[in-house]
Order: sequence, then structure tokens, then C-alpha cells
Amino acid sequence: MTQSVVVQVGQCGNQIGCCFWDLALREHAAVNQKAVYDEAISSFFRNVDTRVADGGGDISRGKICSLKARAVLIDMEEGVVNEILQGPLRDVFDSKQLITDISGSGNNWAVGHKVFGSLYQEEILEKLRKSAEHCDCLQCFFIIHSMGGGTGSGLGTFLLKVLEDEFPEVYRFVTSVYPSGEDDVITSPYNSILAMKELNEHADCVLPIDNQSLFDIISKLNLMVNSGKLGTAIKPKSLVTSSAGAFKKRQEKPFDAMNNIVANLLLNLTSSARFEGSLNMDLNEISMNLVPFPQLHYLVSSLTPLYTLADVNIPPRRLDQMFSDAFSKDHQLIQADPKHSLYLACALMVRGNVQISDLRRNIERLKPSLQFVSWNQEGWKTSLCSVPPVGHSHSLLALANNTCVKPTFIELKARFMRLYKKKAHLHHYLQIEGMEESCFTEAMASLSTLIEEYNQLDATKCMPTEDVPRLSVAI
Amino acid sequence: MSIVTVQLGQCGNQIGFEVFDALFSDSHCPQGLCSKRENEAYQASCKERFFSEEENGVPIARAVLVDMEPKVINQTLSKAAHSGRWKYDQHSCFCQKQGSGNNWAYGYSVHGPRHKESIMDLIQKEVEKCDSLSGFFIIMSMAGGTGSGLGAFVTQNLQDQYSNSLKMNQIIWPYGTGEVIVQNYNSILTLSHLYRSSDALLVHENDAIHKICAKLMNIKQISFRDINQVLAHQLGSVFQPTYSGEGSWHYRRNPLGDLMENLVPHPEFKMLGVGNIPQMSENSLAYSTFTWAGLLKRLRQMLISNAKMEEGIDWQVRPPLSGLPTLSKMSTNKEFHFNTSIANLVILRGKDVHSADVGAFKDPALYTSWLEPVHAFSVWKTQRAFSKYEKSAALVSNSQFLVKPLDVTVGKAWNMFASKAYIHQYTKFGIEEEDFLDSFTLLEQVIASYCNL
Repeated sequence: MTQSVVVQVGQCGNQIGCCFWDLALREHAAVNQKAVYDEAISSFFRNVDTRVADGGGDISRGKICSLKARAVLIDMEEGVVNEILQGPLRDVFDSKQLITDISGSGNNWAVGHKVFGSLYQEEILEKLRKSAEHCDCLQCFFIIHSMGGGTGSGLGTFLLKVLEDEFPEVYRFVTSVYPSGEDDVITSPYNSILAMKELNEHADCVLPIDNQSLFDIISKLNLMVNSGKLGTAIKPKSLVTSSAGAFKKRQEKPFDAMNNIVANLLLNLTSSARFEGSLNMDLNEISMNLVPFPQLHYLVSSLTPLYTLADVNIPPRRLDQMFSDAFSKDHQLIQADPKHSLYLACALMVRGNVQISDLRRNIERLKPSLQFVSWNQEGWKTSLCSVPPVGHSHSLLALANNTCVKPTFIELKARFMRLYKKKAHLHHYLQIEGMEESCFTEAMASLSTLIEEYNQLDATKCMPTEDVPRLSVAI
Repeated sequence: MSIVTVQLGQCGNQIGFEVFDALFSDSHCPQGLCSKRENEAYQASCKERFFSEEENGVPIARAVLVDMEPKVINQTLSKAAHSGRWKYDQHSCFCQKQGSGNNWAYGYSVHGPRHKESIMDLIQKEVEKCDSLSGFFIIMSMAGGTGSGLGAFVTQNLQDQYSNSLKMNQIIWPYGTGEVIVQNYNSILTLSHLYRSSDALLVHENDAIHKICAKLMNIKQISFRDINQVLAHQLGSVFQPTYSGEGSWHYRRNPLGDLMENLVPHPEFKMLGVGNIPQMSENSLAYSTFTWAGLLKRLRQMLISNAKMEEGIDWQVRPPLSGLPTLSKMSTNKEFHFNTSIANLVILRGKDVHSADVGAFKDPALYTSWLEPVHAFSVWKTQRAFSKYEKSAALVSNSQFLVKPLDVTVGKAWNMFASKAYIHQYTKFGIEEEDFLDSFTLLEQVIASYCNL
């Protein structure tokens, strides 16, 4: 069994991270009733004897002593991290796995990337190495950050290069929160584009998220629940979106419901690697199957169902609804419509009491309404994990490598150009050592190239598929 | 003689468990429909082939379990141990932590050489437990990374190290609509490599078995467990002991050798398929009776129309009339094409088996012209019934049955290869475009050879 380390950077990254650890603890507590430290828990947690000083004292099996998250928390201002360390999850984090500063990055990618990057490079390396040493077999780094700010965006992407150099064999999965249209940070387009270049070059897989989509999902859910349409079968406070009944009580903060969705995404992504099932899917299989060309590694995700259901044995109709919803544009975690764009590849990760025949029936049913690229007409990767998420009887995570990410990037580029043409706020960046205008133009070029690749694929959408002539052999 | 089974990857290990379970259950089945002495001889023969003895009498499967991540092997070991009836040897397992990531190149070029010694050592130990070795049965899927890539590597090493022993690979052909996106690449790489190093490839298609579960077994929510159990039943009906004809209570000693001798007359044609009849849920079984004539008639039509199960057989397909000029060479697009065989083996088990008339299988029209039917067709009859079926018939056939699926898989892989999609994932670990081209060439050759029968 392999381990993963979560690196949460910046305010957004740390808040999401906090939700993630809370849900992870709850999930493992529900599955592992005997409080024995097993391989599933060890994928994200260490078992530590806290009496032993100096971060040693890892216990590899037996009863759970004290669980420590395999996490590194980074923020260039102290508020968020301090709150975490004073909150109910304080015992879960190893106090030595933090890097903080006081002044913050001022929503400036250059400050995060260049200034704090060089300032903290050594310390970052040291903490990462330490966390890797605690792992038997480290498979993956999960980086959580936002694109629009300064720390998550700048320092978070600086990290990627460090990870690539130091741990070339370990996968880098990045969960990036993209700024939505009404983002209140004026310079978020600059920060995002500069960060995109790093994601293009140094990430193995990126899961883009945007706040608007998360917000829409929460609103819809609240509407459904409050209108009483769902009847008594649906419990109002879904464990997907709320922390009610969570392992440790946290005060509900405004972004909590949205962060919980992302936290669930990460849990479901790793469930088939941690728990047993009839068709397992490890993290290295995600990259292998969903990334046909190294640059096209942006995966649109959707999670269903969003509400808990009272009954356990779901009649097939509800189960099928779960599959249909995964492809609707209302369930995607970014503003995207995969059904009307081109699929390069699609992964369906199912949890709970679902069998291969249910999976196949739904693929057959949904396939005709989806467009796949000509060389990957049956581009489906599937997995079945027997352990359902807490409070649900089954769930589905769909990951799509689909040209529907293009609009997000095009929008970003447009917002960037509006600012850049006027050179607005540019001096804040250029005055940082190491920053020049070429940084901006190169980042723009990188994004334009990416958009062009998606354009070329889209162009093949309506062309009739022609089989390439086969080799002919003499008999 | 004994068979050493090597179970590779999640698929291989999950199936392997069901196979040993089916073999064990059948050999201890009380409704053998034969004398006590016969039954005991059957049990002893089954045991010699597949199980070794432990001190406290619990039989241990003659198997080596290999997987690159621990979850499935742990599950398999504990399922067997919990049954209390037979188990695996805990020391015959080889496990790693990280898996092969569905990457054939990783399984073949990284895991293979890295773990070659450990794995071959484990196999050697199992071989030493056998009084005499009939050969190896390797269970693997083609779609993933471990079963396919590491499986190909291990088979190659078995050829080098045990050149006198036979190797039969049980291959699982994945569902047409993907389980794994790169399954076509993994499949062609596996098949081309196995074609060079294995003695016979016994192919089971997930799609076909899925249909059997749905239509014949009436299972509503089909799980992989159901599929594996049907598969195990089919394999059991082939591999369980059969009379050698030298008088009663003498069962054939060399199962793999006998199968190869009858079915693989030419190394260019190695692909074998299994069908059996009847196949139904236990509930229906109690209410059904069959005649040998009826079973054999359907089995024959299943063969020539390439049907995988006894329902929905196309009775329109007929063998070409002899004396007339042969029809144009089989095109893979033709609808009513007739499935020509190279060799067939029919295995009959159960009541009144000696009265069964297999004459219809000896019709020369069924076979390609370069073998006499007397050499192309064999039948094994055994009184002892199999797994509660009063009468059962299995057909192992070397015929054109796999041409269409193979052609489709090669076609899809070729289209993907032309766009260069995913190739970087393979070149990363030492499998170059050249290797792909070699595989394509070999398989096109195989397709052409089978088409020209």
C-alpha cells in the first residue's frame, strides 16, 4: 500500500485541507471500528507515540496511538494556520510540519513565487523530505491551492518545481481553485496565468475547481432541501456538504460547505487505492489512462449524488440517476459542459454496493449522447470500490479529460488581456527581483498553446472518423 | 502429474481463487453418479494435479500468487483460509506496494527484471513439491499492467528456465467498452509476446461470460464474482480428471500434455476457446433433464456458428458442402460466416456417457483441409459427473472464433497508435514505437493465418 502527502498552500489551500482531514478521519473511523492502524489509514496518517520526542516514534501496526496527518501546511500569513492549530484538529497536525510567515503575499504571484520561494526553499525541502521519510512507499503529492491569490498561486507553484526535481518518481496531483468572474482580487488574472504556466510544465494532473460552480451546487441543494421536494427520504444536512456529525465540531464558516465538496473529491479519488473492491484503481492509473499527451492533463470532475438517502438497497432507477447526473453540467466542479464538448478520456470511480453490470448498463446508456475523440471511441476507465463514503450507500466520481475546460482558459486569457493591455498593476510585479515582462509573455504563450491544442482537437469533432489503413502482411 | 498455477494481478488472483474452489468443490461433490472406488480415484487424481498435502490434512493449492500491490492477495489468502476446506501457502505469495498503473511497459520492463529472482524462486519451490510436473497454468488479464506486462515477462522466463515443461496461459479478454483506456495497447503487446513464448493461449472473453450470466444464469446484478465463477466452472470441466481409456479408474496423467497434443498441431495456431453445455443456475438445474444427443447437437452448432452459449444460437450457419469449390476466403465483415476449426476436443462427463454419439463432430467439413478429422478431433468420456450436472459437455476448440475480436482490438490499437496518444507513457519505461510495430506485425500475421483456414 502506498502513502500520499498533502501539501496545502495559502488560505484557500489550508481551509480546504482542513475540511479534507476532518472528513478523512471520519471516514476511517467509520470503516475501521477496531481502532487498529491498518494499511488504509496509513495512506494518509502516521501512527505516532507522542511520548517520544522529536517527531520520531512511528508505530507501524497495532492499536492506534495518535494519528498524525501526512501533511505540510504552508501559508505566508499566520491567521489561517493558527486557527487550525487552535481548533479541534490541532492534534492531527505535526507542529513541525508548518511553514508560516507574517506579512502574506499581498495577492501577488511574484511575491509568493520569487520572494518567498527563494526565502523558504531550504525549509520547504526539509519538511518535504521529512514527510517522505515517514513514508514506506510514497506515491503521490496532493497540492491544494488557489490560483487567484499570491501564496497559494505563487508559492504553491514554486513547490511544484521543487517536487519535480527532488522526487521525480512521485506523482504531483494539483487541486486548483480558479477565480470566478466576480472574484474580488483584481490581479487574480495575472496570478492565475503565471501559475498556469507552472501547472502546464510541472504538474502530472490538475483538477480545476471554481467557486462559482461550488456555490451553484450548494444553492441548488439548499433549494431542493428547503422546498421539501425530496420528501422524508432525504436528510437535510448532507454529510457531503456539511460538517454536522463531523469527527470534531468546527464552526461553520461561509466557505465550509464548498470546501467540503472539494474534500470529498479528494477522498473519493483515493478510495479505490485505499480500500478493497472488485476492480481496483490506483493513483498511478489515473495519470496513465487519463493523460494521452503530457500537456493535456486537466481533468474536469463531478461528484454524485449530493444527498444522503435513507434507504440502503437502491432500486436501479436511482442508481442510474447517479450516473446521468455525473455528466450534467450542473454537477461539474468547474463551469463546463462536457456533454457538448469532446471527450479524450473518461474515468468513472464508483463506491459502494454497485456491481459491474450496473456500470456497464449505464455506460451503454450514456455513450450515445457523448462525443469521444476518434482514436479513443471507447475511452472509459472504471473502478469499483466496495467501501461507500460515510453516510451514503454509493457514490460516483467522474473525471473527464474533455475540451470543455477550454472556455475557462479562454475567459482567463481574456481577463488577463484586459488588464495587461493597460499595464494595470504591472509595476507591483515588475518591481520584484527576477520578474520581467517576458515572464508575462511566456506565460501567455504557454496558455495560448494549450488552448490551441484543445482547438485542434475540437476541430476533429465533426469530421467523419476514418480508420487508418492497417498493415498488410504477406501470407 | 501436477500443474503449477501462477496467478498474476487482480484478475488472475480473483479468478485463481474461484478455480481452485470449483475444483475442490467438485472433487468433493457427493453426487458423482459413479462407484465409490471411481470417486476416490477421481479425487486422488484431482488432488495430485492441483493440491499438495499439509500435515493437518488441509489441502494446499499448487499456486504462486503474484501482484504488485497487496490488497487483492490479502483478500484471496483470507477467503481461502476462511473456507476451512483448502488454502493457499502463505509463503507462495509475492507482493509489492505500488502496482503497475495499468502500464504494460511498467509491468514488463520495470517490475519484471526487478523481481524476477524472487518470483522464479517461488515458482521453483512449488515445482519441487510436485512428484512430476505436467506444466504451468498462468492466469492473467490483458487489459491491466501487472497481469499483462509482468505476465508476459514471467511466461518468457518460464520458457527459458523450464524449456521442457508446457505453459498454458489463461487470458482474460476485456470488455469491448473499456475497463481500461489503454487496454488495446496492453492487449496487443501481451498477445504478441505470449505468442512467442507460450504453448497455448486459452482465451475467455468478459463480454461472452457476462452474457452467460445474464441470459443463462439469470443473475440480475452481475458482479465480477459471478463472472469468475462461471469461468471457473468452465475451466473445471476441462481440467478435472478424465479417463485415459486404459480401463476404469485410470485417469489421464498429463492434462496439459494431452490438451496440447490434441489441440495445438501447429505453433502458428495457438488460440483456444472453451464452451460448455449445459450452464444454468442451481435452481433451474433441479428441474432439467438432458439427452446426450440434444446436448451434442447444440454444442456442435455453437462451434460452427461461434456462439458462446446455448441460447440464441444461429441455426442458419451450416458447414460448406464438400465437393463444391471452397467459398472465398473468410472476410471478417461477412455475417453468416462459418467457424472453421483446426482441432477440437470434446469432454463428456456423467451418466451414460458411453452411449453419447459424437459422430457429427468428425465431419470433415468442419475442419481445415490440412488435417484429417481423425487427427483433428478427439473425445474424452468420463463416467464421473461434474459439479452436480448429471450430464455435461465441454468443448475446447482451436478455431477461427477469436479472429473478429482480435481484429477489432488490433484495429482500435492501431487507430490510437496512429495518433500517438499515450505512447509517452510506454516509452517512459523502455517500450518504443518499434516494439509496438513488431506486435502489430505479428498479430496481423496471426489474423491472416486464421482467416485463410
